[in-house]
Amino acid sequence: MRESLIASGPIWFRYASPQAFFPLAGTLARWFGAAAAAFCCLGLYLGFFVAPTDHQQGEAYRIIFIHVPAAWMSMFLYLVMAFWAAVGLIFNTRLSGMMASALAPTGALFTFVALWTGSLWGKPTWGTWWVWDARLTSELILLFLYFGFMALQAAIDDPRRADKAGALLALVGAVNIPIIYFSVKWWNTLHQGASVSLTGAPTMAATMFAGMAVMAFGFWFYSIAAALMRVRCIILERERASPWVSQTGVANCAGRIA
Amino acid sequence: MGLANRGRELRRENRVNWSSWGDFLAMGGYAFYVWGSYMVTVAMIAIEVLMLARRKRGALARIGRAGAANRSSP
Repeated sequence: MRESLIASGPIWFRYASPQAFFPLAGTLARWFGAAAAAFCCLGLYLGFFVAPTDHQQGEAYRIIFIHVPAAWMSMFLYLVMAFWAAVGLIFNTRLSGMMASALAPTGALFTFVALWTGSLWGKPTWGTWWVWDARLTSELILLFLYFGFMALQAAIDDPRRADKAGALLALVGAVNIPIIYFSVKWWNTLHQGASVSLTGAPTMAATMFAGMAVMAFGFWFYSIAAALMRVRCIILERERASPWVSQTGVANCAGRIA
Repeated sequence: MGLANRGRELRRENRVNWSSWGDFLAMGGYAFYVWGSYMVTVAMIAIEVLMLARRKRGALARIGRAGAANRSSP
């Protein structure tokens, strides 16, 4: 039933098969990697050479160009991971679980970057590296959720069972994302409120906002490239016994390397 | 005169954030915090890219070894 649905369904179902997705992921990863490099270069140029000095924080505020995009990505990647986890649970497609696993390390990376840069920003502006306020604490919990997801999957030998267990953890942990996002509204936090919201104009200079937005796109494209590169590795590791891996160009390529 | 000149002045003010490389590296006294943030971010991304390349090489080598073993034993 499921197989026939995939075979006869619309075009995106075709790419639900790891075999069909493998070359497409490689092409996409290269393009998104190139776009990420271009956007990050432009974003850093805007951030350091076009955006003016902040009249309150001096140059310390320039951490914003990585801190805010990294924090956005840390939350966004978790939602994408939870989405693929849910798709995997509902439709029982192999590739969905692989996508969820492929996103976790990159999400953890951006969570760590958000915490690290936030700490280095907090010291000169708040006078402290760390404070247990709602925003910082819930972001730290997000890092532990990513680590927990990866550790749980690594602890289960059968990849399909690992996908299911990880998916449950990812979905339950998703409740933390709105808590992080709205923490600065719901509680009194040392962390400032949002400078950019979906409903109002950003409360910052236009060039500062431009630098931040371009960096956010750069990090986004990087995340896509990294996740696609990782999902290709996962496909090779899990499907190594199937004929399309061992008897096709993939194996020829492997022969040259081995 | 007036607006056009004022605009040019503003743009010039904005353009010149740094008078020298030393000035740029000093980050107005916040070098440790700003560069500490950027260096660690760049290092994390570099490590992830290297780990991905290594993981792919490892996966391909394993497939290559398995293929060679299959070919040598009939």
